Amino acid sequence: MWFEVEVEVRLREGVADPQGQTIEASLPHLGFVGVRGVRVGKSIRFSIEAADAGAARTAVDDMCARFLANPVIEDSAAVIIERPAVG
Amino acid sequence: MTTVGVVLFPGSNCEQDVVEAIRALGGAAEILWHGDATIAGVDAVIVPGGFAYGDYLRPGAIARFSPVMGAITEFARIGGPVLGICNGFQILTEAGLLPGALQKNRGLKFLCSTVQLRVEALTNTLTSGLRVGDILRVPINHFEGNYTCAADTLAELRSEDRIILRYVDNPNGSVDDIAGICSAGRNVVGLMPHPERAANELLGSADGLSMLRALLATAAPAAIV
Repeated sequence: MWFEVEVEVRLREGVADPQGQTIEASLPHLGFVGVRGVRVGKSIRFSIEAADAGAARTAVDDMCARFLANPVIEDSAAVIIERPAVG
Repeated sequence: MTTVGVVLFPGSNCEQDVVEAIRALGGAAEILWHGDATIAGVDAVIVPGGFAYGDYLRPGAIARFSPVMGAITEFARIGGPVLGICNGFQILTEAGLLPGALQKNRGLKFLCSTVQLRVEALTNTLTSGLRVGDILRVPINHFEGNYTCAADTLAELRSEDRIILRYVDNPNGSVDDIAGICSAGRNVVGLMPHPERAANELLGSADGLSMLRALLATAAPAAIV
């Protein structure tokens, strides 16, 4: 079975995010006032073949923990959706 | 003669400065290609600064998969001296050879200046020739130099005297003013400042030489099994 995966990698609470701060400081120049808490993360998308949803989840969580995110400074969250069979 | 291997990743940019500094101290230096799964019998390894693999994903995150890293990890395991400078420090944390991580600097700035470092511990391969309390002037040049780690890791670094250098005036927000640390075995060292750029008074400071001299002394061929 194939699954579509979207992993979002976010800086943990309290970790400085200069990109987010700069975007937040720039928005008022376009008239967008009252925006707070801008945080910039990464979205990593891919397809994975696995025996079932549980196996896909185990593999994705493992790659997040060991590679896609650095647990010292980042959190990750993965959305996993089974790809409909073709035909 | 003591030979230092200087690792070259795609995106490294400080390797020739390191080679020059080592040779100025009378050591031999050779470039280690990241794609070779060997460190060719060198007596010490320096992972230099730069932007290995373009800092894709995170600084150091991809470099740790290079074939040469397996040989460096084994060399570190048997007690060989390994020094990571700037991006090299980031690579060593991503490879699990040093604890913690380097996050974006406090404030919004890439930092490029000469800072003062205070020597805090001597039992390691980089500051063994110095005295606790010595003040060194060494350049920094980084965006992700803000050292952080879990609270229990910090407690361990403190209790085991593994914080070897602190900033006198913390430029980047590093926890506990940390500029450099060493491994539990004390043979792996990482620091954000660039000792190789403080290798000549004409260029502002020669304080980095005392550190690289200590590395050469501890890396003398007889010192390693």
